[in-house]
Amino acid sequence: MKILVCISSVPDTTSKINFTADKSAFDKNGIQWVINPLDEFALTKAIKLQESQGATVTVVNVGDAGTEAVIRKALAIGANDAIRVNTEAKDSFSVAKEIAKVAQDGGYELILMGKESIDYNGGAVPGMVAQLLNFPFVNASVGLEVNGSEATAVREIEGGKETISVKLPAVVAGQKGLVDEKDLIIPNMRGIMSARTKALVVVEPSNSEVKVEAVSFDSVAPRAAVKLVSADNLNELVRLLHEEAKVI
Amino acid sequence: MAVFVYAENINGIYKKAAFEAVSYAKAIATKTGDSVTAISINPTDSSDLLYKYGADKVINVKDAGLKNFSSKAYAQAVNEVFDGNVIVFPHTTDASSVAPMLAIQKNYSLITNAIEVPESTSPFQVKRRAFSGKGFMHAKADAAGVIVTVSQNAYGVKENAASGSEEVKELSIANEDTKVINHEQSSGKLDLKEAEVVVSAGRGLKGPENWGMIEDLANVLGAATACSKPVSDIGWRPHTEHVGQTGKAISPNLYIAVGISGAIQHLAGVNSSKTIVVINNDPEAPFFKSADYGVVGDAFQIIPALTEKIKALKA
Repeated sequence: MKILVCISSVPDTTSKINFTADKSAFDKNGIQWVINPLDEFALTKAIKLQESQGATVTVVNVGDAGTEAVIRKALAIGANDAIRVNTEAKDSFSVAKEIAKVAQDGGYELILMGKESIDYNGGAVPGMVAQLLNFPFVNASVGLEVNGSEATAVREIEGGKETISVKLPAVVAGQKGLVDEKDLIIPNMRGIMSARTKALVVVEPSNSEVKVEAVSFDSVAPRAAVKLVSADNLNELVRLLHEEAKVI
Repeated sequence: MAVFVYAENINGIYKKAAFEAVSYAKAIATKTGDSVTAISINPTDSSDLLYKYGADKVINVKDAGLKNFSSKAYAQAVNEVFDGNVIVFPHTTDASSVAPMLAIQKNYSLITNAIEVPESTSPFQVKRRAFSGKGFMHAKADAAGVIVTVSQNAYGVKENAASGSEEVKELSIANEDTKVINHEQSSGKLDLKEAEVVVSAGRGLKGPENWGMIEDLANVLGAATACSKPVSDIGWRPHTEHVGQTGKAISPNLYIAVGISGAIQHLAGVNSSKTIVVINNDPEAPFFKSADYGVVGDAFQIIPALTEKIKALKA
């Protein structure tokens, strides 16, 4: 089985997010880049399928040369090879178009990724890729097994879970719970060494159309100073929540 | 031309997310001088519930084949009846899975996680959540048509009664790519993303056996329960309760954090809560800097006492 895992390169989760002085762009100064954590759940699941079913795992990233360190990390984690589409990711549509092209050209049977990236939070690429390929789509997946030409996926629904069988090829977007935190793979020296010699193919973009533009950005406004209430005076806390904040 | 809205129902029943989406569509329609048309798939609830928030027309899609949810089949069904330039979706799990597929089918722009009424409708421009709660983006649609998903608990529910009319549309969409094997859903449980009050706890609680007092407090407040990342990672609580950058982002009216230090990843998921209360025995916990109200002390004393006092207030 051929699996394509789509990864996005995002600021490390501990990053403070700043914008340029004119607020037109995200300020990348001093940022450490990591595999989008939700994509990493998907990659980890793919590596498990590689181990249990002999699947081959290709990672794809849409990004400029600056994302290669993150792609090499995915190879060190265990992906067989990688493809980078050489263009800065501009919006969900343009990224989905590139991924769909790579997926079509490579004939992958399972396309895995996180349900959203933790930077732009579009949550749109997985569904767009599925529609562009006319594949079935399972979102918010918290469990996945493959049996021949079918997969069994568990997806989160409002107030519960649903287990479904889906015909392959399909697009599955994962979230927290797809694998356990303890299953995440920290690359060892052998993985890091072998990642250097694995194929990382750079392809040029096939599409230049975007459908959404980022006009400007705002930071989160800081809160006013905290009002501390003594642990012996919880009546005051209840009063503040009831009369001042009016939330209870 | 009407502003459309996808009125999601859960097993036929309209929930708050649908009312928020209709309220939001009404706000757009008021700006553009248009009417609101809601689309729902196999609802059992009365359309009166949608008129109340401003729907002038409700198209009820009847399709026995859509009993089970599939993003692709649902997107096709909406596409059959949606013939406008703007459609609003709630940003729930299912609806946010349908919207991107519809965007490709219609060749429209898709803007997700909108939190305010659009700044402009032509071109369509709106403020949306980005960077997992650490920032906001003003996004502009380039295509002639736009699909916008509205973040839960952001715009809110606004009554604006219309004298609506209903149309039934019979469809038979192919829905064979996916089959439901098992469906577990507790209808009584308050959905975390929809909840107006959330009580959340972290490692400060020392063990999963101590969650009873958190649930008691949540019960008196009519709140949902949540937890920090470490707590879900070690399995004290289910992943579905994890709020933060890699879990769920929530924006309730009141967020009470117990024994959570307030790492930046956690704050990202909760800092759009309107009021934040932090209870922690460490006065240096960074969360106090991002809270409205704080209590320094032992949660095992404070939480049961607070529960009693709120019970007394509500009585």
